[in-house]
Amino acid sequence: MSDPKQKTDTLLRLYLTFFKMGMVTFGGGYAMLPILEREVVEKYQWAEKEKVLDYYAVSQGLPGIIAVNVSVFIGYHRRKVPGGVAAALGVVSPCILIITLIAACLQNFQNNPYVRHALAGISVCVCALIASTLMGLWKKSVKDWTGFLIFLVVSALSLFTSLSPILIVVAAAVCGILIQEARRRGAK
Amino acid sequence: MIYLQLFWEFLKIGLFAVGGGMATIPFLEHLSQSSGWYPLSFITDMIAISESTPGPIGINMATYVGYNVGGLPGGVIATLGVVLPSMVIVTIVSRYLEKFNGNRLVDSAFYGLRPAVTGLILVAGLTVVQTSFFHVYELADFARLTEVLDWRKLLFFGIMFFAIRKFNKHPIFYIAVAAVIGIVFQF
Repeated sequence: MSDPKQKTDTLLRLYLTFFKMGMVTFGGGYAMLPILEREVVEKYQWAEKEKVLDYYAVSQGLPGIIAVNVSVFIGYHRRKVPGGVAAALGVVSPCILIITLIAACLQNFQNNPYVRHALAGISVCVCALIASTLMGLWKKSVKDWTGFLIFLVVSALSLFTSLSPILIVVAAAVCGILIQEARRRGAK
Repeated sequence: MIYLQLFWEFLKIGLFAVGGGMATIPFLEHLSQSSGWYPLSFITDMIAISESTPGPIGINMATYVGYNVGGLPGGVIATLGVVLPSMVIVTIVSRYLEKFNGNRLVDSAFYGLRPAVTGLILVAGLTVVQTSFFHVYELADFARLTEVLDWRKLLFFGIMFFAIRKFNKHPIFYIAVAAVIGIVFQF
């Protein structure tokens, strides 16, 4: 309780932080990763980088929208069930507001030239943000040659085949267990 | 009772759509046919709007359909429906994950999962690159690569990447700058 960070994870703060993240995520769950790292890992230190990556890995294999699953994981990690609910509601609230506004008053919003140019710029920026985040993740996730091999195989499978990501994620987990167990045996 | 139906239909989508927002599309196509709430052509509009607004795509689509079927309460109810399974399932999984924290097998599983998910993120990033740097969606002929590649965007990407690594400002800052640059240079 002496930890000063303890005070930052009130339910309201969780809700507002995830609201902010939902507001500026353009694209799917992975587009949220750069801002999530900034807010959750660096600013509030609610979870370490590896933990966030683990949440993404598990979310990939669970039903539901990845961004929401990751939000619930982080919310639950800090404040149990109410935290999970606050984070989930936070990340969906801006969608409800913005989409309702567009559906109600802005006909042809998506065809507006200004909107299209702005989005084209944003999508390039999202690429750069994800690339930068990936470089940070790389150090935390690919630690040796077998890890690098898993990374290569998964990238190739996901890029060139239409294998379900669940299958890929489950296979990677099994590989991890087999490799580490084989190493322990070898060390004995 | 349309709200109850909306809630139920989107609850099912949240429960069965595995793999993120785009995985909900086949379900929305099915829902279009089974409920008659919206025509199939509506889905293309919906994807376009979901992609041009902030927020996870899966959520945007739920809100959009819900709003068009049942107004503001419809939008709220459909969104809550799609989110509820996540809340329940992730809470249960979280409980187990924290319980097995430090467990040898779980740690070993994550040893394999971390590089795997890094690969998945890389590929997700490449998909965004494909749609944002090239004038065509499917690259049919590699010899014509230089014709379809948007060089201004590639240059902008380089500058952005450098700025992100160098200045470490908040991602929101870069997103706002990129929107302005997109409008000014007519990307």
